[in-house]
Amino acid sequence: MKNNKTKLTPEEHRLFGDLMPEELEDVLHSGFNRRHFVKLMGLATAGLLASYALGAEQLFARAVEMEDIPNLIPEAIENGVTVNFKVNSTPRNVLVDSRMTLLDTLRERIGLTGSKKGCDHGQCGACTVIVDGHRVLSCLTLAATCQGKSVITIEGLAKDNELNPMQAAFLKHDGFQCGFCTPGQICSAVALMKEAKEGQASFATKKLSTDPKSIILSEEEIAERMSGNICRCGAYPNIVAAIKEAQTGKNVPQNWLFTD
Amino acid sequence: MNNFEYKQAEDIATAINLISEQDNTKFLAGGTNLLDLWKYNLTNPSGLVDINRIHGLAEIKELSNGGVRLGANFKNADTAYHPIIENKYPLLSKAILAGASAQIRNMASNGGNLLQRTRCYYFYDPDVPCNKRNPGSGCPAKEGYNRIHAILGTSDHCIAVFPSDMCVALAALNALVNVEGAEGKRTIAFADFHRLPGDRPDLDNNLKPGELITSIDLPDKGFAQNYSYLKLRDRHSYAFALVSVATALELDGEMIKDARIALGGVAHKPWRSTEAENFLRGKSANESNFAAAADIILQDAKGYGHNDFKIALAKKAIIRNGLMALNPQSQLPGAKPSA
Ligand SMILES: Cc1cc2nc3c(=O)[nH]c(=O)nc-3n(C[C@H](O)[C@H](O)[C@H](O)COP(=O)(O)OP(=O)(O)OC[C@H]3O[C@@H](n4cnc5c(N)ncnc54)[C@H](O)[C@@H]3O)c2cc1C
Ligand code: SF4
Ligand code: FES
Ligand code: FES
Repeated sequence: MKNNKTKLTPEEHRLFGDLMPEELEDVLHSGFNRRHFVKLMGLATAGLLASYALGAEQLFARAVEMEDIPNLIPEAIENGVTVNFKVNSTPRNVLVDSRMTLLDTLRERIGLTGSKKGCDHGQCGACTVIVDGHRVLSCLTLAATCQGKSVITIEGLAKDNELNPMQAAFLKHDGFQCGFCTPGQICSAVALMKEAKEGQASFATKKLSTDPKSIILSEEEIAERMSGNICRCGAYPNIVAAIKEAQTGKNVPQNWLFTD
Repeated sequence: MNNFEYKQAEDIATAINLISEQDNTKFLAGGTNLLDLWKYNLTNPSGLVDINRIHGLAEIKELSNGGVRLGANFKNADTAYHPIIENKYPLLSKAILAGASAQIRNMASNGGNLLQRTRCYYFYDPDVPCNKRNPGSGCPAKEGYNRIHAILGTSDHCIAVFPSDMCVALAALNALVNVEGAEGKRTIAFADFHRLPGDRPDLDNNLKPGELITSIDLPDKGFAQNYSYLKLRDRHSYAFALVSVATALELDGEMIKDARIALGGVAHKPWRSTEAENFLRGKSANESNFAAAADIILQDAKGYGHNDFKIALAKKAIIRNGLMALNPQSQLPGAKPSA
């Protein structure tokens, strides 16, 4: 992660110089951090990154610099439980209050704020993460139950400077507006790809398959399988298009077009 | 949200001991209902016993009597996708897949699914009376907004419904629930597992305090040829049933040899009518006979105002689901008309 604070590509240099000049020095000096990332996300939603498409994609894939979060003193915690688990392949050892959910642990203790707290009651999917290969809701998971498990969050999907194909497809298809549900949508969609590949049926599947034959996802199938992720902005048509493209690997036309 | 001690049990005996050692301790399985209720201050356990690491509780195995045993900790999703269940008990796969979301089905255990609590809005609101939450305080749903409430088997004390989909199929399949407690093991027939509210709506089922569900047995007969699960709800997906129907038929040509019809979303437990099932035996599998069976099932149905529509909806659902069971491939989810 640390080695990412190295040189910017020429496109990135130009982008920071043009759009975020006050940040350029900072980035050159101490690397790309969460504050820069948040600002960039803002510019992305405002459409200002369009002409820097190349650099923007790389920037989204850049791992965000993360400080180590100190453990709380055990005396400050009632019913403390020590949990050893992996988060995005990094082993973590945290002392948590027995009441702490995985979501709060990720956000408040480990500093990974990509997973969002929408409802905190299992109803929206914004907190979706992948635990031991399965998509689950981190708001209804106690951190204490994660001993020995491996958790993947939105921050762990890109490899080096390369976006996960699902992230790239969401960018291409504008699979978001405000972006609040997006980390949950993308984690959910990544797990969905594996489920479909393994031939796991949904309520919309006509025939419950018996052999693990990959299921090609129709729009109805995608909608049914993604129904646990609510999007208040209603970006559903674009989310479906993005998942279709990621699943088929074929170019799916965007639902929107630039006009002159 | 109260404080609680978190304990892990590695085997059944330890889990049962840990539960009996401390008052107000609860088993923790998937947590999808327990933690939700706890965050709303509707349950305040002083301790949680995590049963997820108990060896052997998350298995599925075939029984010598031709049936199948589902471990209590076997997940809803794993159950629905298991080849034995898909092939032999497709009604159960369908019912599970109709419930909740992919994320929740990955977390939810089979044991926990049986014990999920009602979604009555008054039950969820600690500022209003509710006999289920606070016995003797009253039932505001009867005169209040009761669109999602029961039409069958209600009492003056409570008109809540039991929200599970999976259990509707388990009821139709005559499943058995194996439990173990400080006083030993016992097996409960599915029809006797959940209760009607009567004058004790605080009790959802007949599990005794401290008893652990260890597994659920499915009898040999799986109705894999003619089955259908229909779920009608306000959204096309990810919503609880207003009315759901599990239908399983054994046919001899046109003639019905055996029939099972269980309803969800209409009562305090999955609803079955032996009278209607007996009526169908020996009859032709056609619309008018399914309609007559629906009339028998719904003869004592009673609406409370906002939920009056459920009576007509249930009748249509029973008929349509009977016809879909004749050709399971014709099943379409939700309110879409069949092709
Ligand atoms: C947003 C949302 C939508 C949902 N939609 C649906 C739906 O459409 N259809 C549907 O059927 N369900 C639905 N559900 C409910 C879900 O299926 C249940 O919450 C789940 O099945 C409960 O299982 P669990 O393992 O998470 O139980 P937990 O929450 O861990 O436990 C529930 C209760 O059972 C007890 N318990 C658990 N296991 C055992 C055991 N082995 N022995 C004794 N006691 C035990 C616990 O102490 C607790 O009291 C929904 C849930 C949510 C949050
Ligand atoms: S219907 Fe039952 S759960 Fe709902 S308010 Fe009345 S007593 Fe409470
Ligand atoms: S925050 Fe977990 S489902 Fe809404
Ligand atoms: S993009 Fe705003 S909630 Fe989905």
